[in-house]
Amino acid sequence: MKKGFSVRTIVAIGIGAALFFVLARFVSVPSPVPNTNICTQYGLLAFMAAVFGPLAGLLIGFIGHWLTDLSAGWGVWWSWVIASGVFGLLTGIAAKKIDLDDGEFGKKELIRFNVAQAIAHIVSWIVVAPVLDILIYAEPVNKVFLQGTVAAAVNIVTTAIIGSLLCFAYAKAKPKKDSLKKEQ
Amino acid sequence: MEEEILVEFNHFGFKYNAQAEPTLYDISLKIRKGEKILIAGPSGCGKSTIGSCLNGLIPFSFKGETTGSLKIKGKETGDMSIFELSKIVGTVLQDSDAQFVGMTAAEDIAFALENDCIETPELHERTERVAKTVGVSERLTHAPGELSGGQKQRVSIGGIMVDNVELYLFDEPLANLDPATGKQAIELIDEIKNETGAAVVIIEHRLEDVLWRDVDRIILMQEGRIIADLDPDTLLSTDLLRQAGVREPLYVTALKYAGVGIRPEIMPHSINSLALAPEETEKVREWFEHTPEAEQKKAEWPILSVRGLEFEYPNGVKAADNINTDIGKGTLIAIAGRNGAGKSTFAKLICGFETPQSGTITLFGKAGKSDLAKLSIKERADHIGYVMQNPNQMISQTMIFDEVAMGLRSRKASEDEIQVKVEKALKICGLYPFRNWPVSALSFGQKKRVTIASILVLDPEVLILDEPTAGQDFRHYTEIMEFLKQLNADGLTIIMITHDMHLMLEYATRSIVYCDGKIVGDDTGANILTDPELVEKASLKETSLFRLALMCGIETPRAFVQRFIDFDRAVRS
Amino acid sequence: MINVFNYIDKDSPVHALTGASKCACMILWSVAAMMTFCTPYLILLTAFALLAFKLSKIKLKEVRVLLLFTLVFLFLNNVLIYLFSPEHGVELYSSRHEILHIAGRYNLTLEQGLYHLNVILKYTSTVPVIILFVATTNPSEFAASLNKLGVSYKVSYSVALALRYIPDTISEYHDISLAQQARGIEMSKKESLGKRLRAMSAILIPLIMSGMERIDTVANAMELRGFGKNRKRTWYMSRPFRAGDIAVIVLGIIMVAVSLAYTAYNGSRYWNPF
Repeated sequence: MKKGFSVRTIVAIGIGAALFFVLARFVSVPSPVPNTNICTQYGLLAFMAAVFGPLAGLLIGFIGHWLTDLSAGWGVWWSWVIASGVFGLLTGIAAKKIDLDDGEFGKKELIRFNVAQAIAHIVSWIVVAPVLDILIYAEPVNKVFLQGTVAAAVNIVTTAIIGSLLCFAYAKAKPKKDSLKKEQ
Repeated sequence: MEEEILVEFNHFGFKYNAQAEPTLYDISLKIRKGEKILIAGPSGCGKSTIGSCLNGLIPFSFKGETTGSLKIKGKETGDMSIFELSKIVGTVLQDSDAQFVGMTAAEDIAFALENDCIETPELHERTERVAKTVGVSERLTHAPGELSGGQKQRVSIGGIMVDNVELYLFDEPLANLDPATGKQAIELIDEIKNETGAAVVIIEHRLEDVLWRDVDRIILMQEGRIIADLDPDTLLSTDLLRQAGVREPLYVTALKYAGVGIRPEIMPHSINSLALAPEETEKVREWFEHTPEAEQKKAEWPILSVRGLEFEYPNGVKAADNINTDIGKGTLIAIAGRNGAGKSTFAKLICGFETPQSGTITLFGKAGKSDLAKLSIKERADHIGYVMQNPNQMISQTMIFDEVAMGLRSRKASEDEIQVKVEKALKICGLYPFRNWPVSALSFGQKKRVTIASILVLDPEVLILDEPTAGQDFRHYTEIMEFLKQLNADGLTIIMITHDMHLMLEYATRSIVYCDGKIVGDDTGANILTDPELVEKASLKETSLFRLALMCGIETPRAFVQRFIDFDRAVRS
Repeated sequence: MINVFNYIDKDSPVHALTGASKCACMILWSVAAMMTFCTPYLILLTAFALLAFKLSKIKLKEVRVLLLFTLVFLFLNNVLIYLFSPEHGVELYSSRHEILHIAGRYNLTLEQGLYHLNVILKYTSTVPVIILFVATTNPSEFAASLNKLGVSYKVSYSVALALRYIPDTISEYHDISLAQQARGIEMSKKESLGKRLRAMSAILIPLIMSGMERIDTVANAMELRGFGKNRKRTWYMSRPFRAGDIAVIVLGIIMVAVSLAYTAYNGSRYWNPF
């Protein structure tokens, strides 16, 4: 099954996970609510999944989050590590029709991308993560679902901003065929 | 009898899919076993594309249309796999950080062997053997972050050496190295060639530095075509280099100014081999005596005054050790020294990116005298602009115009003012024709100019540039430096951190040399690069003009260097 | 180099184990602890974890920061659980022994106490093992270990690449952030949220776009040196399994087996003294 990975995808997973790690550990925007930071890494993850596909998304999310937890010291919170992977996977599947390498990211793609990431966030944080929390830690249902809902809501907004910006920047940076002519 | 032909281009052409015009036209070229070849030419001439054809990235990774034929060991490359090719052609990429894929030096050298499933004991044995040849045995367990640029390059060379390739391909091997390390790299390449008997292809526009060791042929390229395929002595005796925009060795230019005819018989390929007749050295002396020395502009008062600056990194490296210096208003200063000597730290301390443990930096700016310690990074930025070495680390907008406008927009300038200032900066930087392009379509050198433009629009009094000329060919080097010179003449103080000896000699009014966190030299470029002791200590490289002056019996070689520089700049501009 | 993973090189029996066996043991250990709510067993696992810590010669102060993070996280999580569901233990154990009435619906019951103890023990039995794995495994060995455990070598190499480029990416992030601040990009709390996000994108876009460019160069560099040619590859850093390695893997399997056996025997994951 793994034979299908191209070298470029392998490298994308590695460097994507490194970026995920750095964003998760160092780049957070202080939000208006005290003591909570806005996670920027999911914007990156959604973007990478849209460019490199669902399997890359799954592995970037999983490896990136796993390494972050390993280095941060709060133990590996497996349920959320898995949820990050699921988010990458689902976004990758749902965004499959967007071809960023083609240099196209218009209104249609913008909507498609954001619907994809929103569904993926809802499934990951309101279904996968809480269910795993209940299975593994027998945590109270109301607590995990509220946590998940807040996380999903915040992540959807930040992914919408950062992820869309990244897609836009990336697509626009791809020169279209024969478009490069000097103007005097 | 002809030696075995390794590579044969036959009326070969290539067009990248994204480009409207082909990059290579009608290339016919043979490379034989054991040959050492330099491919030279200005940026965009197609020399790197030839490299990509040799190692198989074209057609396997970069897509496009090929015409004609390219055979390696008698086989069309189109019929080979990239893996098959990689056993014949080993490539050392320009970006040694990207090439370094292992976590440590040992793992990186072993990478190709690991992919060939060599078992562990043999893997270790072969890795250690190669590490010894390239001189990194002591650093096998080091991570890339703990190695210098030169060491990383040695590891990269080791990484292809383990494969026993038949052709070594070096893509701009000198681009990221200090002068002394670059000299060692050229020596190492020569040793590898002699030891392994492999062919060597070096892609580089810094001709004089590569010619430090003999090469068999120089392939000169211009606009996608080969315009010369000659041995160095013959090529230097023509005017082709100048026409193509490749800088000829400085001593050759000096000889031409003095009216000495360059012919293959005087062996001009190296200052060491150069054989001048007595009447020719006489001509050089005559030229020297008749050329006036240009007036040196003296700085009136300092704009920055540094006193007792001390800074130590958390890992214990002392990067500023009691630094005292004044930066004169309106000067153009070069700061040189090997990597890690403290020159970048000095810039970071001025910009406020690092905070000194003690000492003061005082700015005498448009707002009067101010202690920099009291200003934030952003407040300092109103007076001091900083341009990073790698333009990709500064560019956040997709369109060139927006990128240049960004600083003004965050300062809430009006759109009209932005329009005027940005267009002016783009014109100054020669980017006006590209204003509606995405930044990503530009070459490295053009991106560099975008970042300079994006700082210039903020109208700083001091401009600090980290390696402004890295990766630029002679034409762009001249353009950028003449442009900085112009800004300087208009009153801007410019500080450049550089490895480029030409820049020190030709443009800097003053050069500060760092070594181990201390200032060890502070003089004109000509004086510094003719001081053998200082050159040795700070990993610089003596200028060949100095040798030429001595060879011609000129008693004041420093004055000769200075006069040549002044004369040459007047001719070029 | 920035030691993001806090690897502490020492000569100890734990360091001598291969990364692969430690990784397997860590995962099995975590699975065992995740599956069970048998309090005595969790106490036993915690004791084992502390013993392993002792054997590794790693000093507490060397991992102080990591421990501090864990404690804060543990504390917050427990507080949250209690605030949301003060009667959670009562539901789980279907009995109620009230000790103290605090206010409103907030009481202190033995059952809630036991549940919190379990949550804490799940941490204390696994976190030391994870910290230990990180502190005693040379990052260079990570990838070789994963491959040995059956993860495809390509995916294993992605992990190696992530570890390779994390330090570079961190320093690149700092450089970019400083250079953008010098252009007047402000990220302090003084600015509005929208402005701060925009400022953040001025740093993130160059960082990520240069990462994207790097992907292509690195992929080319790897392909030029034969990566992906064969169905497998060898590793410079891989070490042969020794008795100790087999032993810790067996230990891990036993731990999982005990967890499963207890649940099967008890009919539930919960140890219920009430």
